[in-house]
Parts: sequence; C-alpha cells; structure tokens
Amino acid sequence: MKRRTVIVGAAVGLAVQLVPSVLAGKLKKTVSEFYGQENITAGRVHLKTPPLAENGNSVSLVVEVDSPMTEKNYVQEIRIFADKNPVPNLASYRLSPDSGKAKVATRIRLSNSQIIVAVARMNDGTLWSGSSETIVTLAACVEPLL
Amino acid sequence: MKAVPLLLSLLVMVEATVAIASDTTALPRSGYEFQSSDTQSLQDDDFKNPGMLWVDMGKIRYSEPAGSTGQSCADCHRDLPESVAVSFPKNNRHLGVVVDLTSQIQHCRTVHQKAESFEYESEASLALTVYLGSLSRGQAFQPVDSYPQDQLKASIDNGRLYFNRRKGQLNLSCGNCHEESVGKMLRGDLISQGHSNGYPIYRLEWQSLGSLHRRFRSCDIGVRAQPHDLGSATYIDLEAYLRERGAKLTVETPAVRR
Amino acid sequence: MKARISIPAQANKGDVLEIKTLVSHPMHSGFRRDAIGALVPRDIIKVFRCEYRERVVFEAEFGPGTAANPFLSFYIRADRSGEVKFIWVDQHGEQTEQVKLLEVVDKIK
Repeated sequence: MKRRTVIVGAAVGLAVQLVPSVLAGKLKKTVSEFYGQENITAGRVHLKTPPLAENGNSVSLVVEVDSPMTEKNYVQEIRIFADKNPVPNLASYRLSPDSGKAKVATRIRLSNSQIIVAVARMNDGTLWSGSSETIVTLAACVEPLL
Repeated sequence: MKAVPLLLSLLVMVEATVAIASDTTALPRSGYEFQSSDTQSLQDDDFKNPGMLWVDMGKIRYSEPAGSTGQSCADCHRDLPESVAVSFPKNNRHLGVVVDLTSQIQHCRTVHQKAESFEYESEASLALTVYLGSLSRGQAFQPVDSYPQDQLKASIDNGRLYFNRRKGQLNLSCGNCHEESVGKMLRGDLISQGHSNGYPIYRLEWQSLGSLHRRFRSCDIGVRAQPHDLGSATYIDLEAYLRERGAKLTVETPAVRR
Repeated sequence: MKARISIPAQANKGDVLEIKTLVSHPMHSGFRRDAIGALVPRDIIKVFRCEYRERVVFEAEFGPGTAANPFLSFYIRADRSGEVKFIWVDQHGEQTEQVKLLEVVDKIK
C-alpha cells in the first residue's frame, strides 16, 4: 500500500509540474470562443481531478476559488471546460455572496484523457483560471446496455 | 509532453500488478482492493455512494402495502434478521428449487402479497434486494447458524463446474481470469478475483445499480458466450458457488465498482 | 427523482455550511448506444437551484458531461432561520423540489 502511495504521489507531483499554466491549442480556442477577447489570468482557481480515472463515466471534480466571498468581493460564476468531450462546455455554477465559500464538488464524465479547465468570473468582471489533467483508462469490454 | 504522465500512470499500474498478483487460493480479496482510490472513496462515503439511493427506495418499499392483500413486507417479516440476505441462495422447499434473494422476493410478492411481479432488474426489485443486502453490511459473507450447505451441495457443485468450464468464442472460463490472471491488466481493467460480496453494486460502467446476474451476463457476453437469463438456475448455481468461494469476505452491499 | 440532502439542522449565525446533494437520475447523455445499436436519446437534469432567504444562493447548470445520479456539494452562509429549498429541473421542464429547515442561532458570546 505504501509503495503505491509513493509512486502515485510522484505521478501527481510530476503531472502538476507538466500542466501548462497557460491554456494551449484547441483548449485555448474552446475557452476563448466562449469569452471572446477577454483576458483570463491563470491563478486563484484550484481545480482538482484525479490524475488517473479508471472509468470516464464518473470522475471526481473539486474546484475552489480564492475569494473572501463578501458583498464587495465574490465569485459570480465558475465554468468547467473539457475540450475532448462531445460537449466541451461541461457545466457552470453561479454563486453569490451568501455562498460563504467558493468551492464546488461534483462528478463529471470524461470521454478521453484531457486537460480540464475551470474559469471563474469575479464580481469585478475579471476572469481567472485553473486546470487539471486526468488520464482516462479504457475498460476491458464496453458492454451494451441490458 | 503527454508521454511522461502516461509512463507514470503505467508505472502505477505495474506497481499495483506486482503488489496484488499473489496466491489467490490464500485469503480471498474483495473487489474493493482492485478499484482506484477515487472509486473506493465513493463506496466509503455513505452519502455519496449512489447505490444508497436504491437502498433508500428499498427501505420505503419494504413498508409499503402491496397487492390485493394490502400487506407490506414488514407486516409479515417483523423480526427479519440482519443476516437474511447472506443466507441466500437457499433451498425454497415450497418451490422445491434453490432460489436467490431476488427470486424469493418475487415469489413473496406474487404468491403472498398477490401483487404483480417485478422484472428481475427493475428499479423496484433492485431496491428491495439491495436494501436487504445492506442490512448485512460488515457481516461475514458466510451465513451464520452453519446454514445447511448440504442442501445446496448440488447447486454449489454445478456452479463450480460452470466457473471452471471454458465457454464462448474466446474459449475462456471464469477461472482463467479470476483465478489464474488476478492482478494482470485487461486493457485498463485490473483483473480482480471476481467475488460477489458487494452485490448488488453500483457499477460506474452501468451508471446504475445492478444485480450479480447482470454482471454474469456481461462476462458471458465478454467471452462471446451465450448469456443465460437473469434469475436462471445456471446463474443461481454460480451465485451459490461464489458464496462458498468468497466465504471469508465481508458484505459490502452496496459496493461501488468500475 | 429521489434526492438525498445533507445539511445541518442547526447552525450559528455566520457559519459557512457545506451542503451535499445526491439525486437519482440516469443523465442519458445522448451519445451512448443501447444493446441493438440505437442511440439512447438525451435525457438530463438541466438546472439545480438552492434558494435561501428568498433568493437563489447557488445555481448549477448540468449538461451531458455531468455524471449519472449527480452529486453536488456547495456552501452557504447561515444568516437567519428559515427554509432552504432545493430544486432540480430536467430538460422536459419537470421539477423536483425538497425543502429543509435551517435553524440559525446567535453565537453564545
């Protein structure tokens, strides 16, 4: 058990190093299609998905944004993008100052190994982003529904 | 760029393989040990475990009046032992055959409650089966009171033969994977010992709760063999054999598997 | 749709509470095929809303990319006692609603 923890820990560590801090390629296009010319700064958004998902049907996702969540300073919306999914605009969450904490946890579907991006809009209009990479392994037999 | 995380994930899987591939005739290992930590965490969390949605439904149904008798399950079974699910499959002497829990529930429903039967894999049938199974959670998979196994001997023997018989276009027996290849990778799947102590399970592949017999059908289809019907004698015999095979495990119903 | 909701029954004013929800729904994405190869049509929950103090404190837009039997955890700040409403709306416009009572007390000084 310990050996596996060390190796997974190393895998996570290295994966974090490799995750680009700037959105690249097709993913950048998907996100910019939505936000147009607006500037998105990488930071303040902490997105966590497992480095390895054994089934793409249900993958844990936790997103947290650094914000005091007061009337003057709060997160308005968090959007999740997964550009390899058939519907890349995966989900969105609208918060309010009454939220108290800008943290959402859910379970998503991933059709492929990919980088997932979360973009948060603050009440002052600025956009911030964070990303996470997940490798989705293929099941042995994809069975038909009963 | 992509190669490094892929290499690392392969390392993780190889490491897992080395750790798990051991003598399977020794202490049996639950399918839980062969799941990723994310999947395990789903099972460990009673709130998040999607299987619990069906347990909730089953608990309500158990006390609901049904059929022309207007009786609920609870009306007759006032002192139902928590280990009731573990005692199945067993000999139903009225029917003269070995029945599994789901078939017994159907029998109770049609004959005693005088209500319409449920389909084997219907939401109602699964809900009641998983609710009763969940009452035995944490208990030994081996039924208590040294349940008369000799009454089931023929059934268990048939099940053992089925388990070891090669079948289908791929000409594989259950044992070829779940005894001889435990810990090896089948594409992205880590092959488990194929125990049944968590059933009915919430399977990520199904995105739903499902029965053990449904899983048997999937495996038979997987080796391109003719699958049997849900609730068939063949699958009940196999279920009886798996109960004996996994006797040292504990009940995990409703388990979460990929 | 059957729903499970986890919310404290009582809280101190100002506490930030975690709310967890789990609802039974197949969330058919519209991309999967059945046993004979036909596409299973999309059938999903589209919106989830949490209302407290007569306003929407949290709203989620689900899509086919949200897993079946959706789990959702979010936070609210306890302010005053009252109803907390949980509303799910599917793509057909059908609504499932559940209400929980939250008792908010002033912190003992």
